Amino acid sequence: MRGGKTGITIQSKQGWYGACVRPSRIDPKCQGAVRRTMKVLVAVKRAIDPNVKVRVKADGSDVELGGVKMALNPFCEIAVEEAIRLKEKGVASEVVVVSVGTSAAQEQLRTALALGADRALLVETNAVLEPLSVAKYLSKVIDQEKPQLILFGKQAIDQENNQVGQMVAQLIGSGQATYASAINQVDGQWVVEREVDSGSQVLALAMPAVVTCDLRLNQPRYASLPNIMKAKKKPLEIIAADTLGASVKEHARLLGVVPPAVRKAGINVGSVAELVDKLKNVAGVI
Amino acid sequence: MTILVIAEHDNKALAPATLNTVAAAAKIGGDIHVLVAGQGAGAVAEAAAKIAGVAKVLSADNAAYAHQLPENVAPLVAELGKAYSHILAAATSNGKNILPRVAAALDVDQISEIISVESADTFQRPIYAGNAIATVQSTAAIKVITVRATGFDPVAAEGGSAAVEAVSAAHDAGISSFVNEELAKSDRPELTAAKIVVSGGRGMQNGDNFKHLYALADKLGAAVGASRAAVDAGFVPNDMQVGQTGKIVAPQLYIAVGISGAIQHLAGMKDSKVIVAINKDEEAPIFQVADYGLVADLFEAVPELEKLV
Repeated sequence: MRGGKTGITIQSKQGWYGACVRPSRIDPKCQGAVRRTMKVLVAVKRAIDPNVKVRVKADGSDVELGGVKMALNPFCEIAVEEAIRLKEKGVASEVVVVSVGTSAAQEQLRTALALGADRALLVETNAVLEPLSVAKYLSKVIDQEKPQLILFGKQAIDQENNQVGQMVAQLIGSGQATYASAINQVDGQWVVEREVDSGSQVLALAMPAVVTCDLRLNQPRYASLPNIMKAKKKPLEIIAADTLGASVKEHARLLGVVPPAVRKAGINVGSVAELVDKLKNVAGVI
Repeated sequence: MTILVIAEHDNKALAPATLNTVAAAAKIGGDIHVLVAGQGAGAVAEAAAKIAGVAKVLSADNAAYAHQLPENVAPLVAELGKAYSHILAAATSNGKNILPRVAAALDVDQISEIISVESADTFQRPIYAGNAIATVQSTAAIKVITVRATGFDPVAAEGGSAAVEAVSAAHDAGISSFVNEELAKSDRPELTAAKIVVSGGRGMQNGDNFKHLYALADKLGAAVGASRAAVDAGFVPNDMQVGQTGKIVAPQLYIAVGISGAIQHLAGMKDSKVIVAINKDEEAPIFQVADYGLVADLFEAVPELEKLV
């Protein structure tokens, strides 16, 4: 347990965090009902397989993606896993996965269904998407679906923007917890432990909330063959992006891509003494 | 053109990353204002006023900003930001948390983790774990940008004498609250600011063995980092992780001990000036980026290194 590792205790009822946020005034009798309809929406992205070493195109226009293996972004996998665990714990009642992109992203949505999501939505568009556009489409989907928790990966490993979750939270006016390492539901709030530069931090968020998932949140499972077969029969709805009424516009233009500077070839030293000599007298760094 | 820089701080001290962010702002050109949003952060505002090149400091001191909750700070920045051409923050966990909300509130896109300024609207940033550097031009009316600290040499912390202006706007969204935090305790220099970093990986075998690295680090005045493998194995806490998903460092000297050199890790340290790899596997990919490689058992080499430096 992550919470256990850092010694953070999550108090229930009358907990001190309860006083900080506008407390949930849900009648205890209704709380069961709330829980029965606790919907978790997970946004996922089709991205380059993390084990592929990308190459810059010869003309420097972009990276080479033709014929490259694609996969579910690793942080999105963690988000899907967390949603499924919340369902297995009886906290969530339904897990819906959504992706914005080309029809090829159906493959990644099927993967998420095979992992245990109940149904999938694809907001289909062939446009080159900036994070704000994705966030706008997703916020329209959220308006329709009304989930109590929206999970994201903390960033996609291709463009490495680390923006969409935060932008969605702003657009729908909800609280956010980025870089989550533990997620608990306590008294009608989401209590989230997050990884920050100086250690860890715990926040309490009113529902609905946006949470972006960090590496240590969980270890995603593998899809079993029977579940992959079953996933083919689960519902996957395709929504044309332009029917959502989001006002998207373009703000950034990719002018070109270059490979990173290549480091000069190094040398192997034979002993610690030689290493110290090089660092002192050649590199001059100690 | 006036640029707003969001100060990185803990209500007590100004974080060094702010100086790198001001350096990026100086490259863009124009007047530079610094916003200090916090509670009881008067000393931070005073420190910000002394930064070379800063024309004005805005101090928003309010209980709502005590823990820099993005739900409260982002509306403040968006409100103030309307008067600026650029809004910059360091790409720290705080900056990355708050700024996309600001961009969405202003209905503009954000440019993340720039490593160079080509012109007032064109920037370079790494993508695909640092395997490609993209040049991006922004047409947004207000350019919202996070700055990778290691891409810019810090400006001088002293020499300026900006006026501090109080900002009274208080935004409390009331949808989130701080519960508690657990800070990792360390007397060594901060990882992202250290001139020398000594990092351990899975090859350290357990957390106890990190004492060898601490001893070496103390002798060198270095910070101690770790690979994701070492963190996931529970050897050390996660705030020590160097890599694509951890901290990005670019010290003068990076000593990788028992680290194979997965691309995830390299993305966090390959801009270091001098890289040393100590590993018993001569095939380890870390040797491809190392300036000096030593194929040896780390449990013999590290104590010997500590004696000799």
